[in-house]
Amino acid sequence: MVSLALWALVVVLGLGTLAYRLSFIEAFASAEGVPPNVRAALRYVPPAVLAALVLPAFLLADGSLAVGPGNDRLLAGGVAAVVAWRTGSVLGTLVVGMVALYLLRSGLPV
Amino acid sequence: MSVSRSDLLAGLRDVVPLVLSELPFGVVIGAAAVDAGVPAAAAVGMSVLVYTGAAQLAAFDLLGRGAPLAVVGLTALVINLRYLMYSASLAQYLREFPRRRRLTFGYLLTDPVYALTVGEFVDRPAGRAAWYYVGAAVPMWFAYQGGTVLGIVLGTSVPASWNLGFATPLLFLALLVPAVEDRPSLAAAGVGGGVAVLGAGLPLELGLVAGSLAGVAGGLLAERGWA
Repeated sequence: MVSLALWALVVVLGLGTLAYRLSFIEAFASAEGVPPNVRAALRYVPPAVLAALVLPAFLLADGSLAVGPGNDRLLAGGVAAVVAWRTGSVLGTLVVGMVALYLLRSGLPV
Repeated sequence: MSVSRSDLLAGLRDVVPLVLSELPFGVVIGAAAVDAGVPAAAAVGMSVLVYTGAAQLAAFDLLGRGAPLAVVGLTALVINLRYLMYSASLAQYLREFPRRRRLTFGYLLTDPVYALTVGEFVDRPAGRAAWYYVGAAVPMWFAYQGGTVLGIVLGTSVPASWNLGFATPLLFLALLVPAVEDRPSLAAAGVGGGVAVLGAGLPLELGLVAGSLAGVAGGLLAERGWA
């Protein structure tokens, strides 16, 4: 990895993210200052992007769709999803999902 | 601005459970950087300069898969678009503060900090809520940075059988579940995830970009009753 290019990426992302954070704070705008259409679209960015990151990681094995008991990441992810839904705990989701995958991979009865 | 000790202490007290989950979050980010072959200095630099977990995790994930830097940057900036919303929401309360303080508050703004403090800005005078914000946001910054360093150190020594790489999608999952709060956001997630799965074979991680855009469109369509 070219480290200069990587540092350029770090700086660009840092400045870009800071610009987002300061955008409306510095523009002195109120919450009503964002056009309603833009606000509506921004609301769906987190679920859309996060699902686009999560689902392929759980549903694909070696690049092809794997839905079934043979896919241990899908099973562990399913257990973790229930924990996330019932408890809302980030740490709990992480720990339960990791332990579930570990148990499935080590062939222990779960 | 004089210190409001009671508000500062209230922020420090309320942030304790969030700090306890921010620290391991930082550890996962540090470990993900090691996993992706990102040098330690660049990983710490990113935590300090970018300071946002989801975008950093996605960036490390993509870097590890050899995606072009432009795609990595674009994806991270799309993920961070939500900060526009937070900024718009807090702007009205921060108006009265000097510029340096506004910059500091903006820099310290993250998902959990916003979620914890926005109610205080609604309920209290801005001068008091600002001290609550300081009490909450500063420990979160240290937890995140400390966690990143710890993750870099641990990441190189954890056995492969722990499947540390699996922590990345699990963290995204933990953020995704509360983001799905109604039918349109469920549509956004379903369409976004579905298109990303179908497009997983596309070059340059275009499946992720296509999924994200399609998901936002799906959410908007569902909101307007078209789906």
